[in-house]
Order: sequence, then structure tokens, then C-alpha cells
Amino acid sequence: MILGVSIYEILTLTSILFFIGVYGFITRTNLISMLISVELILNSSVVNFVVINKYLFPEVLQGVFFAVFIIAVAAAETALAIAIIINLYRLISSVEVKDTEVMKY
Amino acid sequence: MAEKIIFYILAIIMVVFAVASVSSRKMLRSVVYLLFVLIGMAGIYFLIDYNFLAAIQLTVYAGGIIVLMIFSVLLIHHIEMELEVAKTFKKIITAIVCLAGLGIFLTTIYSHPFNVIENSNSTTINEIGKGFLSYEAGGFILPFEVISVLLLAAMIGAIVIAKGTKASPTPPKEGLRSGAKTDN
Amino acid sequence: MNISYIILVPLIPLALFVLLGLFSKKIPPSIAGWIGSLGLGTAFVLSLYTAYHYFLGAKLDGVYQTFTYKSTWIIFSDKLHMDMGMLIDPISVMMLVVVTTISFMVHVYSRGYMKGDDGYTRFFSYLALFSFSMLGLVLATNLFQMYIFWELVGASSFLLIGYYYTKPSAVAAAKKAFIVTRFADLGFLIGILVVSYYSGSFDFGELNSLDGNVITNWTATSFMGLSVFTWGLILIFMGGVGKSAMMPFHIWLPDAMEGPTPVSALIHAATMVVAGVYLVARLFPLFYFVEDGFVLSIVAYIGAISSLVAAVIAITQTDIKRVLAFSTMSQIGYMMLALGVSKYEGHEGLGYMASMFHLFTHAMFKALLFLGAGSVIHAIHSNELADMGGLRKYMPITHITFLIAALSIAGFPGFAGFFSKDEILAAAFENNRLIYVSSVIVAGLTAFYMFRLYFGIFWGKDKKYEHTPHESPLTMTIPLIFLAFMSVFGGYIPFSEFISADLKSFTSHLDLPLAVIASTVGIIGICLAYVFYKKENNLSEKATQLFGAFYQWTFHKFYFDEIYLFITKKIIFGILAAAIAWFDKYVVDAFMIGVGNVTMAFSNQIKGIQSGKVQDYAMAFVGGVVVLAMVVFYIWIN
Repeated sequence: MILGVSIYEILTLTSILFFIGVYGFITRTNLISMLISVELILNSSVVNFVVINKYLFPEVLQGVFFAVFIIAVAAAETALAIAIIINLYRLISSVEVKDTEVMKY
Repeated sequence: MAEKIIFYILAIIMVVFAVASVSSRKMLRSVVYLLFVLIGMAGIYFLIDYNFLAAIQLTVYAGGIIVLMIFSVLLIHHIEMELEVAKTFKKIITAIVCLAGLGIFLTTIYSHPFNVIENSNSTTINEIGKGFLSYEAGGFILPFEVISVLLLAAMIGAIVIAKGTKASPTPPKEGLRSGAKTDN
Repeated sequence: MNISYIILVPLIPLALFVLLGLFSKKIPPSIAGWIGSLGLGTAFVLSLYTAYHYFLGAKLDGVYQTFTYKSTWIIFSDKLHMDMGMLIDPISVMMLVVVTTISFMVHVYSRGYMKGDDGYTRFFSYLALFSFSMLGLVLATNLFQMYIFWELVGASSFLLIGYYYTKPSAVAAAKKAFIVTRFADLGFLIGILVVSYYSGSFDFGELNSLDGNVITNWTATSFMGLSVFTWGLILIFMGGVGKSAMMPFHIWLPDAMEGPTPVSALIHAATMVVAGVYLVARLFPLFYFVEDGFVLSIVAYIGAISSLVAAVIAITQTDIKRVLAFSTMSQIGYMMLALGVSKYEGHEGLGYMASMFHLFTHAMFKALLFLGAGSVIHAIHSNELADMGGLRKYMPITHITFLIAALSIAGFPGFAGFFSKDEILAAAFENNRLIYVSSVIVAGLTAFYMFRLYFGIFWGKDKKYEHTPHESPLTMTIPLIFLAFMSVFGGYIPFSEFISADLKSFTSHLDLPLAVIASTVGIIGICLAYVFYKKENNLSEKATQLFGAFYQWTFHKFYFDEIYLFITKKIIFGILAAAIAWFDKYVVDAFMIGVGNVTMAFSNQIKGIQSGKVQDYAMAFVGGVVVLAMVVFYIWIN
């Protein structure tokens, strides 16, 4: 644990980061910007895992392992998302969100 | 005491750069601000004594993912292009919802009695490695293998998708939008 | 005595209908003709045997017994139930004989007349259906069963009139016949319901019974001054008016001549159109006793008026089948008025007997007239009088038989029509002088127009024919000869021995003064027709000009069709139906369309939810989670 910092502060921090990510996801008009916001969200949840592991259950390491997994999955997902975006760009030559509204009423 | 100050500095940096990343109008700056946020995260990991995790964070995230994003941004955009912003109405609504959500989170967090166990264990990479590869209870060998399979699948999938179709048009078409607007 | 074998008489035509109807494509025409004729021949022989058996053996204490074979079919309440069965009494046996005879003759005749026609087997199946329905009607034990067969007869008439269904005029005529009779049957049905509700029974035996609760107690319930039974009987008679083509529902009968001539002979001369007369005869005790015979006087006057009007119209028509149709209407008028002036006991019931007697003889000579006309039409391929002339050289048998029938209907002494008409005139003379005078006039007119027809067809100059007319084949002339025989000798049957209103025999004798008057009037009519029509001259044109506008009225059948069309189109369609159609279109339809439109508008408004934008979905997701969390939190706090 970090001396002098209670768990509440860290959890506050991660919550703020999480909602900043959500805000960005909903508000941005660009597909890559949405990806960046997703990264923010994922990261804040990783910190959550780690912090709870360190503060509440210091003898075990599940939090760390899980954090590693999340990082791996996030990386894979980002790679795939970029691949899709590039493919889409080839098709419609745009990465704006408003050009991808085909599956609607 | 010192840790507290360092933590707060890191926290402020992270929040500021996160907001900047989300609201910046230039693509590349947005990515770079994200890089700073991730570095801040690594700093927190260092504070917590999870050195291995911090290293992973820096390597994978800051080194891998950010680079990937920068490459894709460079492929797609002109550097000096300005991004559009969403309508003000949408921004306000989203802000309200996010603030409400944040309020709920904080209320829940602050009303829960966490029984913190003070300690100063440090974790060696030895333990982490053993934990990943152990068969006994509390071991993570299976998820480890699964993750490797997942990464393999992601790799193959990314190659297949990014390869594109045989008849991918070199002069780009007008856009999905106009093609799809056949009915109202 | 057991005469339950009578059930075979209607069942044979039913079996024929099913057989010929189901296999109409597979049975070759000639075989169908043989099957039909043989079947009806069997029924004919059976009915003759029944008549022999019944009339000579069923008298008990001088009263003819009534046999009923029935089984309960539907039970409406513990008092009211509907049976199906057979009622055997003098008039039903007589009608059996009439129907099977004429039907058999028509079947044999049709073998020759309809030869080469496409729907030959279909025709015979329809004829069988009609025979079955008519026989069922005649044998009905109760009002409801009679109504069922009444409608069946109407349906077969529709099928047969519209037999040439590719001709628009035939289709229109079939529709008209069905609709007019259906409208009349509405009255019939309401009448049945009224009578059965207030008397508690449908059964003829119970209704007609002299100590039943109708005849003894008809004053019990009354409505607007008349007993409910009077209203019921008037409504029932309305059905009879429609089916028997009396005024004002007579408009369908001339148009029904669009059907093939054998059909006209069978249905619209001899059997179906007398169903109304049969109905009144069947319910005669009711008609006589309820309201002291008020409804019976209505019957008499309608019959008299119809006969007079029809006779006048028949003088001017040029289509030979139309002349015969109006002649039928006129003669049925005679039958109705004979029933109308009749009383009940013994010799007083002369009108009843005369009506049935005339029904019998009329069936014979009218069927003969129609079949003879059919023979002429078959040879010349035209219905119009103007296209015919001098045919006596080419068609001798048709000529002689037609002459015999014409003499019979004109009341020439010695022929069957003379005897039956004389009985009617005697009954009218005793009871209602006005109707008697009108009937004598009608007798004169009948002779005139019938001989106008005869001279027009068989005498006069030859017209241009496509090919020389030749006599019809044997299968068509044998029925003519048989019917001619019946038209002469049918009058000598002592009807009053067999048929009477109170089921007891009585003797009737020829009233000489009246007979002389009737014959004289008839012979005057014949002579007038001779003068006008035997040789070609312009006396008829001069007479037409003399009558001027009246002639025009008569030629157009007194514009009844136009009046009815006006009423239906302008008043019923224009006003009533238009209002109802407006309501249907702008209220009912608008409501249903409105429901659809409202749904569509609503869905148009909310379809934006599926916007296709991922961010909107994410927003909804996050917003939903937040709201849900708030709710749970709120509950958790409390």
C-alpha cells in the first residue's frame, strides 16, 4: 500500500478516469478517438483490480494476474479494432462515426 | 508523506491529460495525451510496489498500443486536420449522465467500510511467474494458456481483416452513407 | 295401410342428382339422358301406383285418412320442435302424380331437345335436383320442412334459369328470379315464426286440426286490430305470392323464360309456380277459419287481379314463351281465386276442389304448350312470333298437339280445361259475383291470345327459314302426344270424389248455364283471333292504333319492371344504401385505417431509437445502468 493514501482516494481517481472515458466514448465523432476512450476505461478498471488486491488482500496475487490478462485482452482488442478501422477506411474513405450509420431503420 | 504528494501529482496529471485527450481537436495530440495518462498509471503501479506490472504496462500499453495508434492515425489522417465536435446538446446530456454515474460510484464507495490491511509486501517476479504457471489451487495456468490462444486468434484475425477483399477498390468509393440512402 | 314406400318417390331423383352431379364429366350424355328418364319413369310409375292404392283404399268412414311418417330433427324447446317426414293426404298424392308425370315427360323431351349441348349431364342433374325438391315440398309435414324445400326449389330454379350461364340476360334473369322470390320468402319466414310462436307448433296436422289451439283460439292475441295469426297468414301468403308469380311479385316469371324450354315447361308452368297455390291449399283450414276468412279474401282478389292483368299483357307480347309465361300467371290467378272464394264443408268447398282440379289439368296442357313451343323453337331457332308462320305443313304432330292444348286452355267444350274452368267459374259465381265477371272476361282473353299464338305460328304465310323446318324427333314428340291425351281425357276424372277441403268426397255436376256462358265467351275469343290472325292482314295494326297509349302500357307490361327498378335504384340504393355505405366507408373503414395510420405514425416517431449509431446505444446503455443503480441505491438506503 501507499503510505498516507487511503483506498478511497485511489478509487475516486479511477472512477473519475472511468467516466472521463465514458464521456469521450459517447461524445467523440472519430472512430480512433472512441478507441482512445475505451483504453481509458479499461485502464481505470485495471487500477481498480490492482489496488483492491494490494489494500484488502495483500497475501494473494489474483489482482495482478487479472490485470495482466486485462492488459493482454485490451491490446488484442485494440489491434483488431485498428484493423477493422483501416478496412472500413478502404471502403468508405472516412473514419467518421456518422458515415457508419447503415444498420438502422 | 512523500508518497502522498507524488500520488497527488500523478493523479492531477492523469486527470488533466485524460480530459485533454478526450476533448482535443487534433488527432495526434489526443494520442499523445493518452500516452501520458498511461505513463501516469505506470507510476501508480510503481508506488504500489507492483514493479512487474508497471513494466508490463509501459511495455505493452505505452510501447505497443500507443505506437499502433499513432501508425493508424498517420495512415488515415492529415496531421493538421481538425476533428469535428459533437453537438452541444449531446455533450451536455452526456456530461450530466456521467456526473450522475460518478455520483453513484462515489456514494457507493464512500459508504462502504473497506477493512484495509496495512502491509508493505513487495511482490517479486518470482512469485508472479510461479503463480502463472502453477497447477495448485490459486494457480493461473489455464487462463495463461487461454490468453495465449486468444492472442494467437487476435493476430490471425487482424491479419485477415486488414488484408482486405480481393476487389478492394483503389479509388475509394463515395461512401457507405450515400450508398445506403436508397430509402428514406 | 302401409304406404311408406312413398319415400322412394323423392329419393330416386335425389340419388340421380348426386350421381349425375358428381360424375357429370365422366358419364356420357346419352347415358345420362337414359338414367334420368328411367329414374323419373320409375318414380312416375310408383306415384301412379300410390295414387291407385291411396284413392281406392284409404277411405275410412268416408273421410280420406292422413298418413304421417316423421321423425324429430331439431328440438327448439319442449313445445316447439321440427320434424322431417312425409304427409300423405289427397292433395299431396295428387301433387306427387302431377310432379312426377310432368318431370318424366320433360326428362324424355330433354333427351332430344338438349342434344348436343355441352352441359347435358349437368342439365339432367339439375332437373333431378328440382324434382327432388318439389317432391319434398309436396310431402312436407310441417311449415319449416316446407320452407326448406321451398328454398331448395328456388335454388334449383336459379340453377336452371341460369343454365346458359354465358348469356348475360340469362344470368340476370336467374338473379332476378332468385332475389324476388327470396324477398317474398322473407315474408314467408316471418310468417312461419309468428304462427309457430303463437301456436306452439310447426306441424300441419296440429295447425290444421279443427280443435287445435289455432282454429279455436285465434282471437287470443291480436296486433293492431287483427289477430296475430292473420298477420302470420298474410306474411305466409306473401311467400306464396312470390313463388307463384302473382302481382306484385310477378316480374321474375317473364324473364325466367331465358332458361331452356323444358325448364320452362317443368318449373314455370306446371310445378314450381303452383307451390304457392299448394301452400294455401295445405293451410286451407287456417286460411278459412282465422279472422273468418279475411286472408282468404285477400287471396281471392290478388288471384283475380293477377289473372286479369296477365291476360291483358299476354295479348300484346311477341315472344311466344313470354305469352305462355303470362298465360301461366293468369291461370295460376284462376287457381288462387278459386281457393279464395271457396268455403269448407262438402259442396261449399267447390272452390278448393276446382283449384286443385285446374292445377292438375293446367299442368298437363301448359306443359304441352311449352314443349310444343320448344319444338317450334328447336326447328326455327327463334322465339319471335314474327319469324314464324305456316308451320303446320312441316310439323304436323306439334301442330295437332298444340291445337289440342290451345283448345283445352280456351275452355272448348269436351277438353279438360273446359271442365276445370267451369268448376272455378261455378265456385266464383256462387260466392263473389265481381270475381265471376272478371274471370269470364279473362276466359275470353285467354282464348283470344292463345289462338293468336296458334294462328301466328302454324297458319299464315311461310317466313324465310334458314333450313326447311322438320318435325322433331320421336323422343320429343312422344311426350307431346301423351300430354295431349291427358289434356283431353284428364277432365273426365271425377275429382270431387278424391279432393275436397274437408277430406270427404262430394259430387259436383256440370252447371249448364254457366258452362254455356263460358264456352260462348271462349268461342268468341277464338273467332276474333281467327279474324285477326289467320290470314295476313292489317287488322291488328289498326287495333293497335285504336288503343294507342294503352297498347304501349300493355306492351311494356304496365312498366312494373321500371317502377321496381326505380324504387330499388333511386330510393333504396340512392338513399338508404348510400347512407349506409357512407357510414361504412367513412366511419368503420376510417377507424380501421386510422388504427393503422396511428400505429405507423407512432412507430415513425420512435424509430429513431434504432439509429445505427453505436454512441447512441452506448449512451442508452450507460444511462440505463446509472438509472438502475440509482434505483437500487435508493432502495438499499431505505
